[in-house]
Amino acid sequence: MASNSEAGGSADYETLMSTSDVELLKRAWRNEKAAPEILQYEGALVDRAKEQIELVEETIEDYVENGIDPLVVSLYQMDLDRTQFLLRSYLRVRLLKIEKFMFHNLKSEEAERRLSEQEKVFATRCADDLAKHFEETVLLKLPENYQSVLKQSLISEVDDTVPQPHLDTFVVCRSKNFVSLSLYEEGESPETVEMERGDLYFIRYKIVKRAIESGQIDLI
Amino acid sequence: MAGQTDPHTSLFSPQEVEFMAEDELVEIVPNMNMEQLNFISGDFGRFIPQIPTKVPLWLAVALKRRGKCTFRPPGWMSVDNLTQILEAERESQSTFQALPFSYVEIARLLFDHARDDIPDMYMVRSLVEDIRDVRLHKLETNLGSFQGTSAVKISNVSAMEVNIVRPFVIRALEAFYKHDKPEADVDRDTRSSRQQREANNEPRRPLRQR
Repeated sequence: MASNSEAGGSADYETLMSTSDVELLKRAWRNEKAAPEILQYEGALVDRAKEQIELVEETIEDYVENGIDPLVVSLYQMDLDRTQFLLRSYLRVRLLKIEKFMFHNLKSEEAERRLSEQEKVFATRCADDLAKHFEETVLLKLPENYQSVLKQSLISEVDDTVPQPHLDTFVVCRSKNFVSLSLYEEGESPETVEMERGDLYFIRYKIVKRAIESGQIDLI
Repeated sequence: MAGQTDPHTSLFSPQEVEFMAEDELVEIVPNMNMEQLNFISGDFGRFIPQIPTKVPLWLAVALKRRGKCTFRPPGWMSVDNLTQILEAERESQSTFQALPFSYVEIARLLFDHARDDIPDMYMVRSLVEDIRDVRLHKLETNLGSFQGTSAVKISNVSAMEVNIVRPFVIRALEAFYKHDKPEADVDRDTRSSRQQREANNEPRRPLRQR
């Protein structure tokens, strides 16, 4: 096969395999790693993956007991390890982001909607612990106007000590289909960028944010 | 811990990029019999001696290391094709030739585990390394010509190459964007201070003339 069709072939393979849970999990993991803010929790996907992992774990135990060819067992084990790595890394990347933007996630409704139930519990506990720590070590010893964890002083109108995800950062992305995006936010000149299927772009995260959520664009 | 690469060096570690590449399908020729494998990631097999079959790269490497198969090198890895690509890469300063997205990782794994399955292995390897060098050099020089935009198209750049330049390009583009965007405010400020400076210049001239 010539190099062109090979490259096209693997893109088609991806569309074929995109129905597989592992491929979906890989996509979720990749997107989560590359995005500056936390993305929507893929609850159904995670649950399905967990089920399949447990199933294969049991199968492997059976195989070992029944003396199935150790080669086959080790191959199943490898596939299991790969899937487990994806799942674990996905959850860990999300936890990292939650820790990093703790107060922001709890404040913003949009961000809070994207967390799973367990993540919300973790985030609340984390934020409480951190707030308590700050208060006990430093804040309570400052003059009254400066004691808030969220604001620099009572005069501040916004919560300005809360780190926010940097949405203007650039990401690398690839579109699954032809898509045309508005380059600037509303009110400014409506330039568009058009992405053919398979093109790679360095682009500002804000522009592609909605397209990622709807699954049209993948982060690389 | 899994998933803890330092975001300042790069989002994905090279091992993670390789991990993603390992799902690519390659062709192998098994030398044994084996039932179909029903993995979480998909079904592969049955394996019948001398009948080629497509499996993910990680599975192919695992089988090869246990001596259970040989590789069929992908079509793009022939000496002729690679020589062509290398020449085309050298000719053009700004465009990249179409190569499989994970060509670096695929080539690396094949060289490490399946040398004997690649005809003219040394030639192929040196061609791939040359191609890598030319492309990387091209990327570096093109980086100098970025302008302030919100979107930059990079066609035919491969996964590993993207990962290498990503941190720098992101910081550069961010800096451009930051300086381009609040232009209106910045202009207003510099204009007013410029006026002040000009006003200060005038009285000085007559003093110097004396």
